[in-house]
Amino acid sequence: MDIAQITVTLVGLGLSVLIAWYFWFSEKKGVRAQAAGGFQEAKIVVKGGYTPDVIVVKAGKPVRLTFVRQETAACSEMVVFGDFNKSAKLPPGEEVPVEFLPQKPGEYEFACQMGMLRGKLIVE
Amino acid sequence: MVKDPVCGMEIEEKAAAAVRQMDGRSVYFCSEACAAKFDADPGRYGEAELQKVGSATTGARPGAPGLVRIELPILGMTCGKCVATVEKALRETRGVAKASVNLDQSRAFVTYDPAVANLEDLTQAVKTAGYRSGTATARIGIKGMYCASCVTTIEKGLQSTTGVLKASVNLGTNEARVEYLSEQTDLEEIKKAVEATGYQAAPPSSEEAPDKEALAREQEYRTLFRKFVFAAVIALPVMVTAYPEFIPFLKTLSRGTLRVIWGVTGVLTLPVLLWSGGHFFRGAWSAFRHRSADMNTLIALGTGAAWLYSGVAILLPHLFPEGTAEPFYDVAAVVIALVVLGQALELRAKGRTSEAIKKLMGLQAKTARIIREGKEQDIPVEEVLVGDIVIVRPGEKVPVDGVIKEGSSAVDESMLTGESLPVEKKAGDEVIGATLNKTGSFKFEATKVGKDTALAQIVRMVEEAQGSKAPIQRLVDVVSGYFVPAVMIIAVLTFVAWFDIGPEPRLIYALVTAVTVLIIACPCALGLATPMSLMVGVGKGAEQGILIRGGEALQTAQALDAIVLDKTGTITKGTPELTDVIVLGSQFTVHSSPTLNPEPSTLNEPERELLRLAASVERTSEHPLAAAIVEGAKTRGIALSDPQDFQAVPGHGVIATVDGHRVVLGNLKMMQKEGVDLGGLEEQAKRLADEGKTPMYAAVDGKAAGLVAVADTVKEDSAEAIQALKALGLEVVMITGDNQRTAQAIARQVGMDRVMAEVLPEDKAHQVHLLQAEGKKVGMVGDGINDAPALAQADVGFAIGTGTDVAIEASDITLIKGSLKGVALAVEISKATMRNIKQNLFGAFVYNALGIPVAAGLLYPFFGLLLSPLIAGAAMAFSSVTVVTNANRLRRFRPTGG
Repeated sequence: MDIAQITVTLVGLGLSVLIAWYFWFSEKKGVRAQAAGGFQEAKIVVKGGYTPDVIVVKAGKPVRLTFVRQETAACSEMVVFGDFNKSAKLPPGEEVPVEFLPQKPGEYEFACQMGMLRGKLIVE
Repeated sequence: MVKDPVCGMEIEEKAAAAVRQMDGRSVYFCSEACAAKFDADPGRYGEAELQKVGSATTGARPGAPGLVRIELPILGMTCGKCVATVEKALRETRGVAKASVNLDQSRAFVTYDPAVANLEDLTQAVKTAGYRSGTATARIGIKGMYCASCVTTIEKGLQSTTGVLKASVNLGTNEARVEYLSEQTDLEEIKKAVEATGYQAAPPSSEEAPDKEALAREQEYRTLFRKFVFAAVIALPVMVTAYPEFIPFLKTLSRGTLRVIWGVTGVLTLPVLLWSGGHFFRGAWSAFRHRSADMNTLIALGTGAAWLYSGVAILLPHLFPEGTAEPFYDVAAVVIALVVLGQALELRAKGRTSEAIKKLMGLQAKTARIIREGKEQDIPVEEVLVGDIVIVRPGEKVPVDGVIKEGSSAVDESMLTGESLPVEKKAGDEVIGATLNKTGSFKFEATKVGKDTALAQIVRMVEEAQGSKAPIQRLVDVVSGYFVPAVMIIAVLTFVAWFDIGPEPRLIYALVTAVTVLIIACPCALGLATPMSLMVGVGKGAEQGILIRGGEALQTAQALDAIVLDKTGTITKGTPELTDVIVLGSQFTVHSSPTLNPEPSTLNEPERELLRLAASVERTSEHPLAAAIVEGAKTRGIALSDPQDFQAVPGHGVIATVDGHRVVLGNLKMMQKEGVDLGGLEEQAKRLADEGKTPMYAAVDGKAAGLVAVADTVKEDSAEAIQALKALGLEVVMITGDNQRTAQAIARQVGMDRVMAEVLPEDKAHQVHLLQAEGKKVGMVGDGINDAPALAQADVGFAIGTGTDVAIEASDITLIKGSLKGVALAVEISKATMRNIKQNLFGAFVYNALGIPVAAGLLYPFFGLLLSPLIAGAAMAFSSVTVVTNANRLRRFRPTGG
């Protein structure tokens, strides 16, 4: 093995670890939903992903997440809350509220129909 | 003396006809009528300082002094408890002084301070409490609107109109969307409000609500297609110059000249990357910021790496080992062109998967002709209120759900139930919105409007089901969560492996294989596999009158082992019918077919006479069996006489005098009590009972005359449906509260595998549980009301609904058409859909599992086979198109059972 090969190998392995850490193991910061009119509300922008993509809410109180899709890519045209059996179509540029009542604390995923864009709902 | 607050009459407290409590004091009324008026709306007769507004305002009136009182229609209240909940929610709203709710009128009477609260706060409070305020939404076209400030003017003008809750104006579509209390105002008023702001009101630009989704898709498709054409046009020369050794003219050029040409193609490729493929890079970047990665990441990395490498190779060739300073602009341009084309095609195919729901929504009538204040008027269907009398003429659509008050007709309900024959409707019958009136005219009272109509509920249910997840998807979700970063790691390792141990030129091989890995991986095919098939399958069910609640129900339904059918109302019609008339004497004509031929001519004279006497006696009886006999006589055109001295003997039968004859009709005990000699009738009675029928002896003037039998008859298509279920490999079990003998008789008629008789209604769920304990997946079919616990206990609960009760809570699958055949069809659709999902998933998994190693060059050491990144791009683009196309194949599903 020459220097170049050793360098490439080390950089490659390092890069692999970095990818694994960045996408799988790094902590994401959550945004707490704000109480308003009996609901815990949060606004989520849909553009290549959900911003914010981790929402923290309290159990037993109704939640309203308002989605605004700021893109036309067909991937994100629907958001699905599998655990709550809720889904909503998101026409571009329109505010679409999704309401449900989380009963049990835990972590619940929401995603686009194909599961490419993902977000997490943390119920405390 | 006190004053009646309703009529103003002075009355003595003691002489008051009624007393009510209000705000902690007693209120006295001169009559019950006044008290009733008060009860309907107590707030109206409250304190004098109350401003008598009497209508809803938005509360936007600045400076309106004091309190304002409004009526708010509330939907969804069913019980006294709801009243308390809504009242509490309203009272707790800031600015609300008083709130009372009347359950019968479904109305809240709220007194509030418009300076503190507005109507939206109130409707919000109602919503938070779990109910809805009855609002309507309308779209109005607006002419003469050119600037953003117009929008504000019109919105403000609308919002300060009485009864308007919310108004938003869209400059793009030239439309205002107005949410209003339909009792307080109507479209005319709203149009006037628009005109008062100086603009012209017009009908909305399109008659139908614009299908935003379809519009957005169409636009996206066109953009994608333009991007593809641009990329393709550039890709062609780029590709030609990339392989100079094959092109006669280019072959002759020197390396220096080629480098210049390549440099030009590199510049040409840049707009392909930035415009045609711009969305990949933007998507990749936003995904990256979210610490996630998707298809965009892979394409962006692959094409980006190819482009950058090529640039460096041309500008600084000396940095590279001999023979590796080659450009790969063709990879960047061609892959982007192919993937964009794939996306465009996928979008086209996707549009077709939601056709079923579009068809359903298109069924809605646009206008309704109603009678208000004695006048006939055409109004938009959104404005029809519960209690309105609606007129429907032949050939028109029924606009909302309701009950016929006057007239009769045949109504084609096939669009909702799949039932092909028109259904006869008369006064008292239910009609469903969106069905087509065929022959006659009728007037009906609206009972469900807007979001509560059967059609709206069906659409909502189907949409929810289409968006739900099948359990099989969970595996996919786990995989796709790790997929893209894993592919990236594989690409990096591929590069390292080729660089370390690959043949020369190592750098080129390493780069090409890594890029090919990035490009061939297709997370989209995986992600699309389940939802696309589910969309089509659920939609297909809805077309046939089968409402599947979600992916889970669908997945379980195809795996059922046994199906339990409730007898009454499911296998049988649920109401007894006349089946046999047997006359004692010389002529023994026996009709023992399960359903007696309804033709009047099939009964001979003595039989007709016996039936006439029996039916005449039963005319005044209220027993359901009696009704069956009377109905049986009527359908055969027999004129009945008036019975005299009617006498019912509980547990025995009835006696009456008809045309001078003393007629006794009853069971064996009755005949023994009357001392009637039964001759050979007992044998016949036993035979009828064995057939599951209820025989009744008839004696005329003290002598046995014959038998009349009634039975809950089997639906015409039950036997066929049960055969279809068996053909699907299901064990079919009947469950009933009837005795063994009746149950067995019915079971024989329809060919049942197993019978559970004498089961108490509350034990049905337990019986289902016992079957499950045998290790079977059990489906239960019932009416959804009495069988709710059993339906819930079963793995899949099928509710057989009729007409408007489509959203039966306990059920996983609702069959709108009352036929058992729907069960078999539902299972078939589930099987077909799951098969389709599995094909898709298998295809997507296999594609990725084979494609990625091949792209990484795993076959190279053995066969010298290496995949071109261009082929990888084509494969990736068309793998997701294939998935969607395969899902669309489901649309051609035809039931085998007919």
